[in-house]
Amino acid sequence: MKRRNFLGLITLAPAFPRSASARSTVRIGLTPVFLDDQTFLNRWRAYLEQVLGREVVFVQRGTYREITELVLNGRVDFAWLCGYPFVRYRQQLEILLVPVYEGRPLYQSYLIASAEDDWTRGLEDLEGRVFAYSDPLSNSGWLVTQAQLLDAGHDPEMFFRRSFFAGAHRNVVEAVAVGLAQGGAVDGYVYDALARLHPELIARTRVVWRSDTYGFPPVVAYPEVDYALRDAFRTALKEMADSQAGQELLGQFYLDGFRDPEEGLYAGIERLQQRVERA
Amino acid sequence: MRLRDLSYRVKTPLSVTLVIVLTAIILSITLLARAYQDNREEMIDNALSLGSVLARTLAPALTRDDVWQAYETIMTPLEREARAAGGPAPVTSSNGDRGAADPSQREILVLDTGQSIYVASRPRRYPMLVQLGQMGGEYADLAGRIAEHNAGEPFVARDIWPDRYAMVVPILAEDGAQLGTLVLNYSNDLLFPRFLNTVEQVILATLLVLLALLPLGWYWGKRLTDPLSHLSACMQRVGSEVPSDIQCDLYDGRDEIGQVSMRFRRMLDELREKQELERSMVASERLAAVGRLTAGIAHEINNPLGGMLNAISTYKRHGEDRDPVADRTISLLERGLVQIKGTVGALLVEARLESHALTLEDLQDIRTLVQPDIQRKGLRLVWDNTIDAPIPLPSSQVRQVLLNLLLNAVQASEEGGEVACTLRADDRYFFAAISNGGEYISRDRMAHLFEPFANSSGEGHGLGLWVTYQMIQQLDGQIEVTSNETATLFEVTLPLSEGDAT
Repeated sequence: MKRRNFLGLITLAPAFPRSASARSTVRIGLTPVFLDDQTFLNRWRAYLEQVLGREVVFVQRGTYREITELVLNGRVDFAWLCGYPFVRYRQQLEILLVPVYEGRPLYQSYLIASAEDDWTRGLEDLEGRVFAYSDPLSNSGWLVTQAQLLDAGHDPEMFFRRSFFAGAHRNVVEAVAVGLAQGGAVDGYVYDALARLHPELIARTRVVWRSDTYGFPPVVAYPEVDYALRDAFRTALKEMADSQAGQELLGQFYLDGFRDPEEGLYAGIERLQQRVERA
Repeated sequence: MRLRDLSYRVKTPLSVTLVIVLTAIILSITLLARAYQDNREEMIDNALSLGSVLARTLAPALTRDDVWQAYETIMTPLEREARAAGGPAPVTSSNGDRGAADPSQREILVLDTGQSIYVASRPRRYPMLVQLGQMGGEYADLAGRIAEHNAGEPFVARDIWPDRYAMVVPILAEDGAQLGTLVLNYSNDLLFPRFLNTVEQVILATLLVLLALLPLGWYWGKRLTDPLSHLSACMQRVGSEVPSDIQCDLYDGRDEIGQVSMRFRRMLDELREKQELERSMVASERLAAVGRLTAGIAHEINNPLGGMLNAISTYKRHGEDRDPVADRTISLLERGLVQIKGTVGALLVEARLESHALTLEDLQDIRTLVQPDIQRKGLRLVWDNTIDAPIPLPSSQVRQVLLNLLLNAVQASEEGGEVACTLRADDRYFFAAISNGGEYISRDRMAHLFEPFANSSGEGHGLGLWVTYQMIQQLDGQIEVTSNETATLFEVTLPLSEGDAT
């Protein structure tokens, strides 16, 4: 694991703050969750362009780190980040809204195993096996498992025979489904969405364990972004639930809408972060 | 039916067909064997080039220790293959359901430098971090080969599995250091769909060629045997038909069939001659028998006849007061007896040894004698005489023979026709040929032409040719008749004998 090294690199990376108002386009960074559907993104972009009256560009990258870096440097105006990088760079980011999933701004991390594997009862049973993480900056796909191992008194570096990052939650599901890894840590929200989108893939896996709930990945803004734009964007997201077109788009996400984050929503992730980074 | 009983008309085309079919089959098999080898080599070449591309793509993933990237890299060509093979296209870029193709047909393994499995296209079959050498059997063999062949060059292991090929490509870093090894383990079964396709095409092409060649071959075979079967059919007629009736339009060539045809034709000619000879022998024997019989009867009649005529003559001379009724009766008897005497005399052809040698005037007389008949019928007489000296033959017999034949010819001719008389002589033979047009002599009539009373056609007593024949016989000569649609020809050949001439 070279996680700490590159996290260091991010903080050391020279920031090039650029005035958002100098650009006419609104740039929004997206982490690779399961939203690879370009047709859907085009529709969402058209919706936002209509509401904002400005050109909108979605910026997608292969890793959480790249998107985090973009929003920290102001190269995108807004980003939909995982809770963990948000907590990590809370001082340099401004939280805008949090999505509402099944009535709450919360989600879980799942520990999954192959459907053919009927004896794995928990993380302990996966000792000495191959494990798939999602991304080193993912809460559900990395941080939760790390903290759990530490709590159980294991050395996360030595517990598994081998572990790797699959880069996205759905890749973790696939790695477990085909038998590349015997276990995997995955975003519960993504897993449930995949169960509806690709039931044949999910059917080859099973959920071994579900974590506590944590704050849903938030929508954040580069702090120096134009206030008017920021407010307009916030309003546009918030009011998606009020229009039929917005409702349809949210339905594709399996989300209810966006709302203001309450205090302490990410306390759980902060606790995990401290547990893991202190070790 | 046995093969040797089969007609060459069938056997030869059948053989040609068989040769064509066999050739087509052998060619097809050769082509297919070649195509199979080519396909296999092409598969190996393709796999090796795919392997080198994959190895290059895998190098950064191995450097960064990115298992998932490596997995996605090796799955990319397999998913493409699965889609090309007609399997259902995966719903997303990397779906778990990888189409209908059997994943064991095409396995891709990435080994690390320690020959442990880094990642494989079938993770359950080849779990991560397992030593290839520990998978046993052929895999240990393969691991040994990879270790031996540590030259950084790709190679193909053909003989480890009987039905699989392992293409081994080293994964090298930029500086040439080995990062791992890529193994493409392909099944022979992959060749089958393409091979079947080739088989289909070859069979189709062969059938087309056969469709074009078989009728041609059959035709040639038939053409080749046609003369033979013709000859055979012709030969079958010998024995069941009269040789002179067998008219065969036989093949004309210098090959074996041509030679046999020629021999057969000659044999047919000889048969015909023999038959002709037999027939003329039979005819002359019969004529001789008839001659003896008639001569005997004529003599028996002649003696009392002479007595009867003498008695009538005496009666006429000595009776003074004869009854007129008796006179009339006697006269009637005399006329009848004279007629009998004439007829018998005609039958009794006797050599008149007293006649003188044949002179030019005799021949000229004959011409003069037939002239009135010629003119009456409006015929044309072609007189071709090259004889310029007396011939030592009894003139009266020759005159009678020629006169008889010429008068016959005149009689047989239609009005306005032509009668030809050719006369020749050398120091051994006298030769005369008399021909005329008109109706020819039928075969039935020809058989009895020279017999007495055979030709009674209303005119004459039908003894002309009989007498002619007898005379020629007495002169040791020959007479031959040929008759066809255009002309009837009588040829007389008489030998000259010095002693007979006076």
